[in-house]
Amino acid sequence: MSGFAAVGKPLPKADAVEKVSGRTVYIHDLKLPGMLYGKIKYADRPSARIVSIDTSEAEKVPGVRAVITAYNTPEIRFGFLKDNTALKRDRVRQYRDEIAAVAATTPEAAEEAVRRIRVEYEDLPAVFDPEEALKPDAPLVHETDAKGRPLKDNRLRLPWRLEAGDVAQGEAEAVYIAEGEYETTWVTHCCMGTSGCIAVFDPHDNLTVYSNTQIPSLAKADFQEALKAMGLAGKRVRVVNAAIGGGFGSKLDTYAYEYIAILLAHRTRRPVKIVFDREEEFFATSPRQPTRIRIRQGCDAQGRLTFREISMVLDNGAYTSWGATTPTVMMMPASSLYRVPNVRFEAVCVYTNNTYAQAMRGYGTPQVTFAIECNLDELAEKAGIDPYELRRRNANQPGEVTPQGFRVTTCGHTECLDEVARRLDWSGKRGRAGGNGRKRRGVGMACLLHVGGGAKIYRSDGCGTLIKVDDFGNVDVFSGSMDIGQGLDTVIRQIVAETLGLPPEKVNVIVGDTDVCPWDVGVHASRSTFIAGNSALGAARMIREQILEFAGHMLEAPREILELRDGQVVCQEDPSKTVPLDKVLRRAHFAPSGNTMFMAAHFYEPDTKMLEGDFKGNYSCTYTWGCHGVEVEVDTETGHVEILRYVAAHDVGRAINPMLLKGQIYGAALMGIGYALTEEMIFEGGKLRNPNFRDYKILTVRDAVPVEPVIVETEDPAGPFGAKGIGEPGLVPSAPAIANAVYDAVGVRLRQLPMKPERVLRAIKERAGRE
Amino acid sequence: MERVEIRFKVNGDEVTVAVEPHWTLLRVLREELELTGAKEGCGAGECGACTVIVDGRAVNACLYPALEAVGREVVTIEGLSGPDGGLHPLQKAFVEKGAVQCGFCTPGMVLSAKALLDRVPEPTEDDIRTALAGNLCRCTGYVQIIEAVKAAAEEMKA
Repeated sequence: MSGFAAVGKPLPKADAVEKVSGRTVYIHDLKLPGMLYGKIKYADRPSARIVSIDTSEAEKVPGVRAVITAYNTPEIRFGFLKDNTALKRDRVRQYRDEIAAVAATTPEAAEEAVRRIRVEYEDLPAVFDPEEALKPDAPLVHETDAKGRPLKDNRLRLPWRLEAGDVAQGEAEAVYIAEGEYETTWVTHCCMGTSGCIAVFDPHDNLTVYSNTQIPSLAKADFQEALKAMGLAGKRVRVVNAAIGGGFGSKLDTYAYEYIAILLAHRTRRPVKIVFDREEEFFATSPRQPTRIRIRQGCDAQGRLTFREISMVLDNGAYTSWGATTPTVMMMPASSLYRVPNVRFEAVCVYTNNTYAQAMRGYGTPQVTFAIECNLDELAEKAGIDPYELRRRNANQPGEVTPQGFRVTTCGHTECLDEVARRLDWSGKRGRAGGNGRKRRGVGMACLLHVGGGAKIYRSDGCGTLIKVDDFGNVDVFSGSMDIGQGLDTVIRQIVAETLGLPPEKVNVIVGDTDVCPWDVGVHASRSTFIAGNSALGAARMIREQILEFAGHMLEAPREILELRDGQVVCQEDPSKTVPLDKVLRRAHFAPSGNTMFMAAHFYEPDTKMLEGDFKGNYSCTYTWGCHGVEVEVDTETGHVEILRYVAAHDVGRAINPMLLKGQIYGAALMGIGYALTEEMIFEGGKLRNPNFRDYKILTVRDAVPVEPVIVETEDPAGPFGAKGIGEPGLVPSAPAIANAVYDAVGVRLRQLPMKPERVLRAIKERAGRE
Repeated sequence: MERVEIRFKVNGDEVTVAVEPHWTLLRVLREELELTGAKEGCGAGECGACTVIVDGRAVNACLYPALEAVGREVVTIEGLSGPDGGLHPLQKAFVEKGAVQCGFCTPGMVLSAKALLDRVPEPTEDDIRTALAGNLCRCTGYVQIIEAVKAAAEEMKA
């Protein structure tokens, strides 16, 4: 874009030089004087009564300073429904249940002590299938809720139901109806840096947690609750983040290990560090939840959608974290991806003795979009309409209000569809590939809808920013948000530099310390560029006004003819009055007429409605669309799906930093391709069988696909310099786009993820058997 | 446990460390020498975050026995910058091409690439993919990493 000095430029990530030099400090690299190492003893059974725990041998290991269980520590409840406890008392409900923990002077001593803890169990019936768990005779995973009220079944009491328009009417109007069942399984974030924290109390019982959370402000509140449970109400909590080795939603909630570190630190009066090894990272962090989705949608003779109906069952696992709330976000594409007037959505979350689920990039939308977009291709086939054409006829448009009540402002849906079709040579390839050879080619596409301007799923969707400027024009920006590798540090720097007319390197962004940074709800919902960006923009504008007002007095020029540019206060009408910014700053500080320094604070709360009750209302300032198109080659003898081309078109509002933005698309698309083709956590009887990178297949550089990002700029009036969020969208449509391409190539409809070779091959053989 | 004294070179400096015989090179580098640029991502040789260069070859330091390092020359990410503190062309390219997001895999990725370019100054894309196949990255989709290695190779040739 023209006219910008910092915005729109492919600036390197602010911390990249530190990172390539190996100087960045992650939680793994951090040591405090006198620090102890904590280690957790997990359950050996998926469902059992704890008869006894013998820690006497563990306590004898040299170097051990504390061994704790639920029986010698206060109970700390946590999680969305407070149905989880830091240490389990009397009963275990999943293999990852924390039974005891040790703090010792070395990691080896802590491990040895954990090995010596003896637990006697009495097995209880278990249930591992969510639909089995819904049956009347299923064993109860929880006999009571967090308040001790008896529970009758395993169904979570969550009201995930949306109804808009008249589905019966829409069905009556439909000429063609497609219905299908789709299934997705557990996948996990696989952050390269494992989870960890250090907890330390000062002599006054104030707590500091060195963390890698995506939600510093909410984690602080969670830890304050924990202190209350420990009899330390009113004590202070500070959350300080080390560099984060990957987030993707995994750090959107607080975990038992953090509370255990806090308990151990309080017991020993020493800093206690717990860092997960890779196996723990796989089985003791919370994955994306599995779903079984039933969908029906219909269209009239012209291909206009008349209704959509979705119901699903989600495996919640044994406790409740944000995973159980993902249906509120699934409602978004369910109701509003394409113009469909009559919609019904219903989701049931069910307790099982499997691992409990959490948030992961996309927050439910990858699952539901898989069902919607695959089923849409099935509908297109029934209606005899090209799938691209069907999508185009129903594409969302600027200015519409969706059945869920979303107010669409800017919308690049059609443009994204057209870009994909053009670049893939859709009309030349769709429906013509296939053939009878061993390797057959096909093309497919799928779209996405996501929030692009925050998401009010919490009472506040806000973010605060403080800015101060020194005597030389160096700017410190304290943002409530957090950099998790996505580039928030750089985007904020560019927005502030642009507003203050400074070189970007003059702007220093400080995040991740609750003692100095303002409140923010967290790095989720692809909200940080938009919300934290708007917050920083507001604060920077306040500074700009302060400076220009002072400069006006100083230069005896009206404020209106002054601007900040190139590190100067520029007076366009009278260039002789243009002065370097730092001179103005020093004058303001030291001259008797000034005696001030420039500081500003701004809290940005988007004008949106929190979702509650009927789940209708405009809960984001703007929405974002995208379309992925893929050309595959399917090996009919091995079932291997190779991706030949991959086009990812996204409506991003405006690219504040096109290089980092492409990085989000490349990374997300490959994660989405892994979700589609290779990734699955294999649980047998509640036990994770593949907790390592050998057996859980994330894609390597050998599998990397030449993703072609297409940036569609719609310049949203609500976004900072027009920007919308882009963190999650890039992986949402990957799986259905690939499934649709596989169908085009070999005529088999894969309804279960991942589409691993054996599944593809089985489907091909079944089809051949039918013919 | 009885410790054994070992001598080897790290980033050009001769070092002497008393180690327990079962320790890995990664443990010695991170815990004894405080060179924390090499990361432990899995501890099982599957992710490559711990990659360092030993006698010109990229190895997984999390599997490499400390005793094997005796008399050898080890290069870690901390030793990659020039004597003036300037970045190696690979480091520079990783910065400029957007090949760094969370950064946890970056030191290992850079060192695997360095071992490649030292051996094969003009690598094909396939050479690059093969050399980096043992280094997992969850953030970048690898596209900008491949671009960075190509750019560094170009610059080093010039």
